[in-house]
Amino acid sequence: MTMRFPIGLQRALLCLAILLAPLAAGTLRADDIMPPAPYAYRQLDDPALEAKAQRLMESIRCLTCQSQSIADSDASLAGDMRSQIRERIAAGEEPEAIRTWLVERYGDYITYAPRVTSLTWPLFAAPLAFLALAALLLRKRFGFGRPGADRTDGGGAA
Amino acid sequence: MSSTGPSDTGPLAPARRWTMWLPLALFALFVALVAYGLLWPASKEVPSRFVGQALPEFDLPPAAAGRPGLKRSDLADGKPRLLNVFASWCIPCAVESPQLARLAAAGIEIDGVAVRDRKADLAGFLERNGNPYRRIGADDRSIVQVGIGSSGVPETYLIDGRGVIRYQHIGEIRPEHIPLLLDKLKEAGL
Amino acid sequence: MIAELGLATLWLAAALALLQLIAGALALTARGTGFVGVVRPSAVVQGGLALLSFLALIMVFVQTDLSVKLVAANSPSAKPLMYKIAGAWANHEGSMLLWVTVMGLAGGFVALVEKRLPERTMLATLAGQAFVSLGFYAFLLFASNPFERLNPVPVEGQGLNPLLQDPGLAFHPPTLYLGYVGLSIAFSFAIGALVTREVGPAFARAMRPWVLGAWIFLTLGITAGSYWAYYELGWGGWWFWDPVENASLMPWLAATALLHSCSVLAARNALRAWTVMLGVVAFSMSMVGTFLVRSGILTSVHAFAVDPQRGTFILALLAIYIGGALTLFALRAGTVTEGERFAVTSRESARVANNVMLTGSLGIILLGTLYPLFTEAFGEKVSVGPPYFNPMTAIFVVPMLAVLAIGPLLRWRRDSFGRVRAILLIPAALLVICGVIAVVLAPGKVLPIIGLALAPALAVASILPLRGRDLRRVKLPVWGMVMAHFGVAVSLFGMASDSAFTTERLVAVRVGETTEVGPWQIRLARIEPVAGPNWTALEAVLEARYKGAAPVFTHPQSRTFWAPVQNTAESALLTRWNGQLYTVLGEQAAGDRWQLRLWWKPFVPMIWLGGVLIALGGLLALLGRVASDVKRLVARDKIAYRRERQGR
Repeated sequence: MTMRFPIGLQRALLCLAILLAPLAAGTLRADDIMPPAPYAYRQLDDPALEAKAQRLMESIRCLTCQSQSIADSDASLAGDMRSQIRERIAAGEEPEAIRTWLVERYGDYITYAPRVTSLTWPLFAAPLAFLALAALLLRKRFGFGRPGADRTDGGGAA
Repeated sequence: MSSTGPSDTGPLAPARRWTMWLPLALFALFVALVAYGLLWPASKEVPSRFVGQALPEFDLPPAAAGRPGLKRSDLADGKPRLLNVFASWCIPCAVESPQLARLAAAGIEIDGVAVRDRKADLAGFLERNGNPYRRIGADDRSIVQVGIGSSGVPETYLIDGRGVIRYQHIGEIRPEHIPLLLDKLKEAGL
Repeated sequence: MIAELGLATLWLAAALALLQLIAGALALTARGTGFVGVVRPSAVVQGGLALLSFLALIMVFVQTDLSVKLVAANSPSAKPLMYKIAGAWANHEGSMLLWVTVMGLAGGFVALVEKRLPERTMLATLAGQAFVSLGFYAFLLFASNPFERLNPVPVEGQGLNPLLQDPGLAFHPPTLYLGYVGLSIAFSFAIGALVTREVGPAFARAMRPWVLGAWIFLTLGITAGSYWAYYELGWGGWWFWDPVENASLMPWLAATALLHSCSVLAARNALRAWTVMLGVVAFSMSMVGTFLVRSGILTSVHAFAVDPQRGTFILALLAIYIGGALTLFALRAGTVTEGERFAVTSRESARVANNVMLTGSLGIILLGTLYPLFTEAFGEKVSVGPPYFNPMTAIFVVPMLAVLAIGPLLRWRRDSFGRVRAILLIPAALLVICGVIAVVLAPGKVLPIIGLALAPALAVASILPLRGRDLRRVKLPVWGMVMAHFGVAVSLFGMASDSAFTTERLVAVRVGETTEVGPWQIRLARIEPVAGPNWTALEAVLEARYKGAAPVFTHPQSRTFWAPVQNTAESALLTRWNGQLYTVLGEQAAGDRWQLRLWWKPFVPMIWLGGVLIALGGLLALLGRVASDVKRLVARDKIAYRRERQGR
């Protein structure tokens, strides 16, 4: 295993879950101490543009963290990416263009909003498939007003 | 056994039997998937998608005394070379420096991109670990790093004579990686 | 010495679980009736022994016996007592011991009190419980011994992750565990019922209090975990659709569905096979969640105790138990006798809709959580996050909330919308009005608008089942339902309001300067160093005025722990009735400035208030159910006693 820096656990986190043992006893900051990029911790003056940027940043995955968006991370690369995104939005670029630009460089990993591709379409078909299956199984479940039929199976419903 | 409508009593109509096995089938899929994931864990690395593409336009100021800065046109002068993304605060970057020195001694041109690095720290780093770089650009805001799809340091990119990225090496270069890099350089027309 | 005692009692408990399984299985055969008397007592003793073993582990943690490997790895000697105790379960081995302890105690308790079900079903249930426990005992004893000794003994322990040194977090895992493992009882009941084919109202009534209990703990655990993430992570988010969060949500969704179908089975003897299925699925989701978290197969911000080796062991357990239960289901469920029929417009149908939607959201969350794993098998890395989960789950949750408003007003078996149409006009009108207001206040934000429109209507609708009733005679479970549904509305309002109206301010200010966020003016009064038991910190004193009112002070910190060394930003919250001010102290910036992150989050505490209300609703229902069960038992005993006397 190659160990690369900066280690992503700027602020290691929490556990909503079960199990908690310190993953890395001593998560030392092996990060730089350069001042952050201009817009890493500064909002755009125009609230509408800032909201646009914020929405995009919330759906861009931090590359050096475990599983966080760049909007929720203190990692310096995340800070630099926030700054670049804010600057591009301020320069009039559309959020989706910036997302595409990032996907060209990092692949679909970078975006928390999966695109519909030949590999990801089942993600989007799943709700429909599920509802269709439920409808199929429930079709005969109800009486639909037929007075004669008063019993049916309880299995497989829903 | 062939009735389809709601039956009064007795076992389920055969048309519905398969649904009883559906949960088990889904669970089997789950087990197969996670077993595959456990046996062949995916690499945690995020490779650049920009391999095969021409470098973006950039112009970085010098990062160290005695070495010029780095701009895109420097990397498209007809000769393949290595572009090393590194920083003084990164420990694996120090680990790979003997290998970079060997490559430089073998006549490979190496240019550096110093990511978010302070001048004094970088000078100390180069003094301790040697300076195999012809040019070092200061990428204080990760512009080049993000521009070429690099997700950490160190990473080494092989650039051909026309400024196109031909290969990406993620992590520190170890002695065993050198032959592969030399092969790739040859492929790129060295 | 205590460690060895703990290990010995653990072995004994495992042996009793084996006895319980074998005796239970034999007792079910024609010739094994002699074993019937063995099963219940061994379940009780097994639970007691597991508890002793767990207490032994707590003892070695309290004594900080560094010769025990687990203690050395998780506890420095200088640490508050509460965290020493919490250290016992804040690691893989200890939490697995807690798991089997809860499982053993629950099994023992069922063995003691549950007398309604046919004895054969009880024997099968207890044998099933022992079978599942055995796998986890084996896991502990062979692959995760919590009492392992260390030689040589280290002089200092390694310490608990500072993020876990928080009172909320100390009790968050055991709470979730009670929920996770409580569902194992539902699982065992389902197995027992499938073995003996006895699925009916009695089965549902026996299972219901356990599902309710587990569900209450799950609700509290998730609520607390979310609040903890909210104030500890320092970015104002409270749900990230992270794999580990999803792992805790999935059992809750399954348990919620089970709770609703269980009531249908108990009251109307319908949805039989489906309820059994959910009984299997709910605990399966607990195990799947545990697997996902421990195996580290998915990257998570909440990654703890990750070890692929253990992952393989847990996966094997999963394959045996879930695979076995689902096979049994496939073979037997078709022959479970059928349930009662009901019309489309009926309370049963509303529950079915609820179950479809809950199962649907569970399916989507499971799919989205696992999907990156699937694409990686094809060499593609994909991330699935909030932009996917929010709208996709909304497809199921929004219709479910609509049904939630109507369902409780409907009668069992057959009803007509005409009967409830008039009363539903009130929430419907409210829905339209709130919808219009929301569109004006938060234009373009689709999901928050839906939430803001639905929540008040839902709150009113949830109270409607009480209309026209003598409130003194309304039964506790009905109060529970009303309160839980009201809690859903409250929580929904908090979520929608947070995403619609939150204002954020990132600034770098000098001491003495003032900034604004939402209706607040905030002045950085001073920065001062402070020291805690095992940390030092820089603390910002912020003077906050709400619309120019008298100032209130908040104290966000940037903390440095030294065992292990780690920096954390401790946020500070100011809560008002109408929202929360969230403040974080960041790094020092150029020119004597300090980086501040400030949020004003209108009505955000309602998210967790709603969670607590939901849990309280569950508690009321549980009390009501248990009270009527006890009453029935007492009455039955009286009748039996009278008969006995008359017989003489």
